[in-house]
Amino acid sequence: MHSTRSVIIFGFVMCVIVALLLAGLFNVLKPIHDKNEAIYAKKAVLSAVADHIDGDFKDLDGDGIQEIFASQIEQLVVDMDGDILDKDGVEAKGHLGGLAEHVDMAREYKKPIEDQILPVFVFTKADGKKYYILSTRGKGLWDAIWGNIAFEQDLNTIAGVAFDHKAETPGLGAEIKDNTAWAKQFIGKKVYDKDGSFRSVFVRKGGARDDVYEVDGISGATITADGVSEMLSRGLKYYEPYLKTVKG
Amino acid sequence: MAEALVAKKEASSPIKFGKKEKKLLTDPLSDNNPITVQVLGICSALAVTTGMKNAAVMAVAVVLVCVGSNVITSVLRNIIPKQVRMIVQLVIIATLVTMVELVLKAVAFESYKALSVFIGLIITNCIIMGRLEAFASSNKPYESLLDGLGNGVGYGLILLIVAFFRELLGKGTIFDWKLIGATPEYLINTTESWLFGWYVNNNLFVLFPAAMFVIGIVIWVHRAWRPQLVDVS
Repeated sequence: MHSTRSVIIFGFVMCVIVALLLAGLFNVLKPIHDKNEAIYAKKAVLSAVADHIDGDFKDLDGDGIQEIFASQIEQLVVDMDGDILDKDGVEAKGHLGGLAEHVDMAREYKKPIEDQILPVFVFTKADGKKYYILSTRGKGLWDAIWGNIAFEQDLNTIAGVAFDHKAETPGLGAEIKDNTAWAKQFIGKKVYDKDGSFRSVFVRKGGARDDVYEVDGISGATITADGVSEMLSRGLKYYEPYLKTVKG
Repeated sequence: MAEALVAKKEASSPIKFGKKEKKLLTDPLSDNNPITVQVLGICSALAVTTGMKNAAVMAVAVVLVCVGSNVITSVLRNIIPKQVRMIVQLVIIATLVTMVELVLKAVAFESYKALSVFIGLIITNCIIMGRLEAFASSNKPYESLLDGLGNGVGYGLILLIVAFFRELLGKGTIFDWKLIGATPEYLINTTESWLFGWYVNNNLFVLFPAAMFVIGIVIWVHRAWRPQLVDVS
């Protein structure tokens, strides 16, 4: 039997050793963690235009993604009036770094609508064609869902989408990310009707009834699909003032 | 006299690998498997077996933590105060798990994202705490290492078996490599197909209940093969 004194000393020494060990390891690995996070976020943006990137998107490694992001992506941050914010303006909103890639959508989502800011990524293909990648965020069944939607130069036709989620059910709601065939349905859909008023794309349970503005839902994932419809119609509308200034 | 000395030297040598040591290593693989016989660690076996890749990463993580915590506990077994040994064991496990998590985040970020909370939950995996309490706290480091390795691999083995069936039948892939069933493009363009193109992925196998009965079937097969494991009571 150990005395109380020796137990306390043992506990204290153990805590100090463990704390130093973990803090040291964390600090050594921190730069690699940050780099991985950044690549992961950039990959999520680029996967919306995966079909338009030279070479196979799946084969891209971290450096390849950084390279494309540096050379072919122009980053903008706009506010709800469509005005472009400069670096200081973005940092004033609480996103250190000041570029579109630094905008934390989860934090923006919690702010009042008029205070939110929106990231815009303009991807220039090797042949000079431009794609506008817009971000949106909403709620799935269990937790947050979000997506990057790439538009053709007409700012109306969808060129590709990439959705992700925090905790949707594998095989059901998680299909919005895992099922590439489902996401491909969005390609070629339009978000504005002939008169130029905003309409968005609707995920229809039981199968799309419209060729241009609807896609098929996912069996067993009605609520996640409704969440996708909701975040598209709300999130893309936020960009309307900015898109108007681009169209001129 | 000289022979006795040699024998004594041999017995105390730490890297002996005799019958007893072999038993320590191989017993948990089958006859004393932590999942199918002791029915421990079921929670994570349900959660991370949707794909072979996740199961493999999880298995490696558990082997590392199991071996590491077993050896550390065994080395410290005479200085850990008995009154607080459980707390000390938990601190050792938690430290190793956090280290594994930090390293995984640096070297395999995608797997880290996919496994999310389950790496952290290795801390609560009863197999590891069970081995510390039942074995490492009263045995030498070398034996504890073998015991930890055996139990970690025994756990990982079942994880991979379950994940194999769940991924194959649920997604038609093995290690994300398409084996059976239609490709995703098939749903849009029906002229494209693949081996066993008629197979429709059974979504149930991706969901948690499937893990329950796949493990059940594994236990059944295991006991049919080794009847001495059947609990007669």
